[in-house]
Amino acid sequence: MFTTRTRGRAAGGAALAVLTALSLAACGNKSDEGTTAAESCVDTSGDTIKLGFLNSTSGAMSISEQTVRDSLGLAMEEINADGGILGKQIEAVEEDGASDPAIFAEKIEKLLTGDCVAAVFGGWTSASRKAMLPVVEANNGLLFYPVQYEGLEASENIYYTGATTNQQIIPAMDFLASEGVETLFLAGSDYVFPRTANKIIKQYAAELGIEIVGEEYVPLDDDDWTTQVAKIVKAKPDFVFNTINGSSNVGFIKAYYEQGLSAETSPIISVSIAEEEAPAMGHSVTGQYAAWNYFQSVDSPENAAFIDAFQAKYGSDRPTSDPMEAAYTSLYLYKVIVEKAESFDVDDVNAASDGVSFDAPEGTVTIDGENHHIAKTALIGQINEDNQFDVVWSSGSPIEPDPFLEGYSWWDPSAE
Amino acid sequence: MSTTTAPGRSATLLRTYAPLLAIAVLAVLLLVVAPATLSAFRLNSLGKYICWAIAAVGIGLAWGRGGMLVMGQGVFFGLGGYAMAMHLKLEAAGPEGVPDFMILYGDGTIPGFWEPFRSGPFTLVAIVVLPALAATGLGWLIFKRRVKGAYFAILTQALAVVFATLLVATIKETGGFNGLNQFTLFFGYNLYDPVNKQMVYSIAAGLLIGCLVVVWQLYRSRFGELLVATRDAEERVRFLGHDPANIKLVAFVIAAVMASIGGAMFAPIAGIISPSDVDATASIFLIAGVALGGRALLLGPALGALTVGFGRTYLSEQFPTQWTYFLGLLFVLVILLLPLGVGDLPRLVRARVGRSAA
Repeated sequence: MFTTRTRGRAAGGAALAVLTALSLAACGNKSDEGTTAAESCVDTSGDTIKLGFLNSTSGAMSISEQTVRDSLGLAMEEINADGGILGKQIEAVEEDGASDPAIFAEKIEKLLTGDCVAAVFGGWTSASRKAMLPVVEANNGLLFYPVQYEGLEASENIYYTGATTNQQIIPAMDFLASEGVETLFLAGSDYVFPRTANKIIKQYAAELGIEIVGEEYVPLDDDDWTTQVAKIVKAKPDFVFNTINGSSNVGFIKAYYEQGLSAETSPIISVSIAEEEAPAMGHSVTGQYAAWNYFQSVDSPENAAFIDAFQAKYGSDRPTSDPMEAAYTSLYLYKVIVEKAESFDVDDVNAASDGVSFDAPEGTVTIDGENHHIAKTALIGQINEDNQFDVVWSSGSPIEPDPFLEGYSWWDPSAE
Repeated sequence: MSTTTAPGRSATLLRTYAPLLAIAVLAVLLLVVAPATLSAFRLNSLGKYICWAIAAVGIGLAWGRGGMLVMGQGVFFGLGGYAMAMHLKLEAAGPEGVPDFMILYGDGTIPGFWEPFRSGPFTLVAIVVLPALAATGLGWLIFKRRVKGAYFAILTQALAVVFATLLVATIKETGGFNGLNQFTLFFGYNLYDPVNKQMVYSIAAGLLIGCLVVVWQLYRSRFGELLVATRDAEERVRFLGHDPANIKLVAFVIAAVMASIGGAMFAPIAGIISPSDVDATASIFLIAGVALGGRALLLGPALGALTVGFGRTYLSEQFPTQWTYFLGLLFVLVILLLPLGVGDLPRLVRARVGRSAA
């Protein structure tokens, strides 16, 4: 096919490419000098302080993440009306993470090094957080992450204002044990959070004497649960532990009711279905359970004020949910830490953060300066006819965060 | 041609080497002007677009010249990207170390197929050989069976879906949905050092220029002519005694290797590779850039990919909530008004001017 002449030329071109690459490689720096974190470029001289809001406003996660963006907007409006942070008005720089981890990594670098924001609020999936972590660490920035997650992580540069596993998964198991549950079926998305949650659930179940009678996974974007639900029907578990994420829940709930299961026979306890999702399941889910740290039904003056303000701004039909509340709380927590530190500097903020607390809509939350998580009260809610959650169980007081489960003797991270 | 006069010859020479001149201008822009004028962050973003552009150059060859609508180049982009990422992950973990996600989500042991990627040279060879082997096997089956047109496009697109699903499902081996990230070293160079980041950028830019030179040579060769002939009249090429399957196979394999090289550079530049960088949507974004720039032109695919990359960043920064609509509108307008890409504009203008002059 080739004439000899062109083959020689093409090979020459390829050799040129390799040579260019190699000569360019020679201009790197192998020494360890000059590898310190970039100098902060945050401008604190003016009347305003820039903060970054990084949520997905396009792509698969946009429905969920837009609600977080809205509650961040509310918190900003309230704080600004009240005089701002350290007397400075918040100026939000909004970016779209586009439901893509690589975009999250790019955008947070832009926010930290280009816009020079003092802190970034956002992220939803673990993938987005994992993608942002090295960037925020390399630039010694700050990220406030508002979603319950699988734990096993602690970064100097991230504050986790959602629950870690010992504030959601483990309390949910305690609730099941108190209900006398003997057999449990695990259904989850094929994803880091469900896999890790189920690893913890299985080890704790062995400790509690609960038998796991099945474990099924379906990819995140897959809605067909027919064959997996058939296995639940066959196993007849006392309870189903649902770690399915996002819209895949709709397919699961559909198959669950179609195959004759119900809250009376094998009730579901979910960790990703909140006020926003419950009415969107395509079938009434009355009587099913969910484990969170906040429900719209929480009875406190702080929550009443939060709901009133949110619905006044965004519409009276809008529900409030756990991640929204955690994001709202994260901005207030940041305000409290900065005003305690009297500085926007990341190292000053970290030095001041331990023990900072805030009367959040979910109740009083307190930052653990060691692992940057917050102490939260665990709640179990049962869905009523209005798609609101009636609290049926509570841990009573805030649970100290333990992301690596160091206080749980049954936990063995290297076991399957 | 033999009677060409001296000025005519120099005009011919100019026409022959004009593309090379254009590549040289691009090289100066990317390797000299951009590092001197852009901030470290913007330069790194440009590096990402360059990785897409490298893959786009291959698509230009396979689709623009070869008529094969390769809708699943994300697969090869991913092969290169994951091969590189596995090496960087092992390098970050240290000689005896285990990558963090295997401890978090697995049982803390390294799967056997990871082991060879500890070696830098093996990784570099794998980045070229793995996609070449995969594309050869696949292309052989497809082209010998004379699968073409929409069926070929659907098949490659389906492969991208399968590949991404497989990655998501193998969380203990490939990091699943999260993908691989947190690289610290690139063949011994600290990736947090700005000097080294610029070096990685320069390597990617150098590779793009190299790929353009290779493709320029191919387009001038007899192979390039055969490829165009196969695109336009496959049966006639067959009657002339050539096997179109072989011609297409070569173009398909070269396109796959280029996509793989792009992916391999993407991992250290973006700092992450995950299924969403290699799935069907990512593959379509690659195609979109090629269509925008002009698929059959030498520089069209690369410039198109750079433009789409820049457009995604620029539009999403200016309009964080509505940017996807603007990008969609841009594609619709280009396909409607300039079906052969923006690079076709000069020819259309010339044709219009020529007509009105006559």
